Amino acid sequence: MRRKDVLDLDDFSAEELHEVMETAEAMREVLSRPIKRVPPLRGKTIVNCFYEASTRTRVSFELAGKNLSADVVNVGASGSSVEKGESLVDTTRTLQALGADMVVMRHPHAGAPYLVARELSAAVINAGDGWHAHPTQALLDLFTVRDRLGSLEGRKVVIIGDVLHSRVARSNIWAFTTMGAQVVLCGPPTLIPAGIETAVAEGRRRRWGDGIQSGVQKEHAAVKVQYDLDKACQDADVLMALRIQKERQAGALFPSLREYSRLYGLTQERVARAKFGALVMHPGPMNEGIEIMPEVAYGAQSVIEEQVTNGVAVRMALLYLLAGGHGGRAV
Amino acid sequence: MVIGSASSGHRAPLLIRGGRVIDPANGLDAVADVLLRDGLVGEVGRGPDGRGLTAPQGARTIDAAGLVVTPGLVDLHTHLREPGFEDKETIRSGTLAAVAGGFTSVCCMPNTEPTLDTAAAIQFVQRTARAAGVARVYPIGAITRGRKGRELAELAELAEAGAVAFSDDGDCVMDGAVMRHALEYSLIVRRAVVQHAEDTSLSAGGVMNEGPVAARLGLPGWPRQAEEVIVARDLQLAELTGAHLHVAHASTAGTVDLLRQARGRGVYVTAEVTPHHLTLTEDLVAGHWWSATASLPPYDARTKVNPPLRTGDDTAALVAGLKEGVLDCVATDHAPHTATDKRCEYAVAAFGIANLETTLGSVLSLVHEGKLDLVEAVATMTCRPAAVFNLPGGTLSPGAPADVTLFDPEREWNVDPHHFHSKGKNTPLAGHFLRGQVLFTVTGGEVAFER
Repeated sequence: MRRKDVLDLDDFSAEELHEVMETAEAMREVLSRPIKRVPPLRGKTIVNCFYEASTRTRVSFELAGKNLSADVVNVGASGSSVEKGESLVDTTRTLQALGADMVVMRHPHAGAPYLVARELSAAVINAGDGWHAHPTQALLDLFTVRDRLGSLEGRKVVIIGDVLHSRVARSNIWAFTTMGAQVVLCGPPTLIPAGIETAVAEGRRRRWGDGIQSGVQKEHAAVKVQYDLDKACQDADVLMALRIQKERQAGALFPSLREYSRLYGLTQERVARAKFGALVMHPGPMNEGIEIMPEVAYGAQSVIEEQVTNGVAVRMALLYLLAGGHGGRAV
Repeated sequence: MVIGSASSGHRAPLLIRGGRVIDPANGLDAVADVLLRDGLVGEVGRGPDGRGLTAPQGARTIDAAGLVVTPGLVDLHTHLREPGFEDKETIRSGTLAAVAGGFTSVCCMPNTEPTLDTAAAIQFVQRTARAAGVARVYPIGAITRGRKGRELAELAELAEAGAVAFSDDGDCVMDGAVMRHALEYSLIVRRAVVQHAEDTSLSAGGVMNEGPVAARLGLPGWPRQAEEVIVARDLQLAELTGAHLHVAHASTAGTVDLLRQARGRGVYVTAEVTPHHLTLTEDLVAGHWWSATASLPPYDARTKVNPPLRTGDDTAALVAGLKEGVLDCVATDHAPHTATDKRCEYAVAAFGIANLETTLGSVLSLVHEGKLDLVEAVATMTCRPAAVFNLPGGTLSPGAPADVTLFDPEREWNVDPHHFHSKGKNTPLAGHFLRGQVLFTVTGGEVAFER
């Protein structure tokens, strides 16, 4: 992989995404072994820098690093110099001086990992920055869908709920459209970012030029906005519910959890409108009974637990590739 | 040096020879000499025989051949940061930056600590500026006590102390009744009420223009409508009261339309536009992601300014509005910050661009692109702003203050903020080339800056 950092997926070509997917398959094989530990990152130090509370992403990265024999150090915002008012740039220089090989960063502000990546010679992996991006979540989502459905070409992926505040949605838009899927964003208009369709089309045009990269059909690789979930579910291959933050209600973004759930909750009826065998996904943590009904979350079409399992394999793949490993079954 | 005291006749006269003199207030654009004496403009012309003015005994002469000679530039919107934020700028460093950028008069905003909401604070600024002796400083007093938007400051006393206008800049006077009363009350002293138009309930937390770029970057958006609803409201209030409303840093095409309509029905409104809103767009926030030629990385906080950079349609409408006169003038909104204030997460970084030393170059870029002619460009930084607040200067009429700026409109230079006189190095133009540079700035008949 010819890049120092992974900050978002907007600059990943389909070929690069394939490389990560194939490497993640090899890593999943490693995870199925009785002894899950392989040596490629022996002697490397990974610092998990989490400026925001996280359990699953942090643990997933920690396990991924340890499975590859790296030394993994966790730095949280509490108890560290961050609480003493140290600036992000200072913290970054400290990490540099301490000799970290890779930095995994979760930060409440969009763009923070970009600042860090510019200052640091170590590889930086964005583990979520504000509302902006969560590339490893999108990669594991892509891996999970590809694993179950095969090619993404022409597939319809519906992302449901609070897109405005969702880094998961933003990164998934790039991952899925680059692989040729159509992404439908469905939620109340108050929670859909203004201009998102233009943003994706224009961003793609500026990144890749007017021609579209190999293997991607232009008409599919687009984003549409739909306010009616019943309609959005029709012919869907993937239904992905996002977590709704209860405090958004205070900002008059929606009237009540009751009405939100009635309009945008993922129910059995709605899942039944999608294609036969459509996948149900959620990045977690879930508000069961609000954005997703328990019978859907734990139903036959749900791949929510697989998402978590695959997360470790995908993160192992990314760490491995960034450390200079080659794709395919090299482990 | 003591600026502006016409009686200080001990100063040597200054003769500026052979420059292209552009004095829009007098309809002058010709090669001529300018003689300054006793702190005032003495004579402008070629003399009775057309061979130039004669240098009086003891005069210093500046050869201005190939240069443009204009009235000293006037800025209606500067943040000098003193008192209270001397790490960002002082009155001395700010006025040095002003003259380095060709500005001989600056109106400084009251969002200092303490706020310029008392006569004593206004007098402190005047005293400190006189002691620095670099450029003329005209303080703007706060509209409300502590700029909190609730109770009126003592506007009459502020005006008596020398406040040339009133503003809570940095914050909007959100309460409609307070704004109405400020406008009404300003009629006592006939000073403009300068509004920073931002409905904070709409801009809430926004750090860049709302739209596709913000959607992509995951940054909270500051929609154009947050400006326009306040401009619309204030225009109604200006019409109601008959008072002088001045709209600070107009940033949207919609604001230009609202101003045009209001002018059409005779509302007493003036408006300014910054060089960055005339020339830069929100694309810069996405940096080289969005444009292969952009020199900035994404999320570079040097692009963060309030109101935010908008779109190409807005810059076009603002340039058109300036040309048409719906926007009266260019104002720098010079907002210096420390490196620490800007080298951090985008949402956390301070708003503002240190503009005094690049404004002329930015405005001249519009001339080089054929969007403004040179005389218009000079007018938007001299007589037009002076007229808005009724300031002395802005012309080379005999008897006017001897404030003159000489620049080479063709000289290309690389913007290196380390060479700024301002303490604020925060500009997205760092590393860019500008065409047009100030070579001499004369304040009160004395050379205050010479490159």
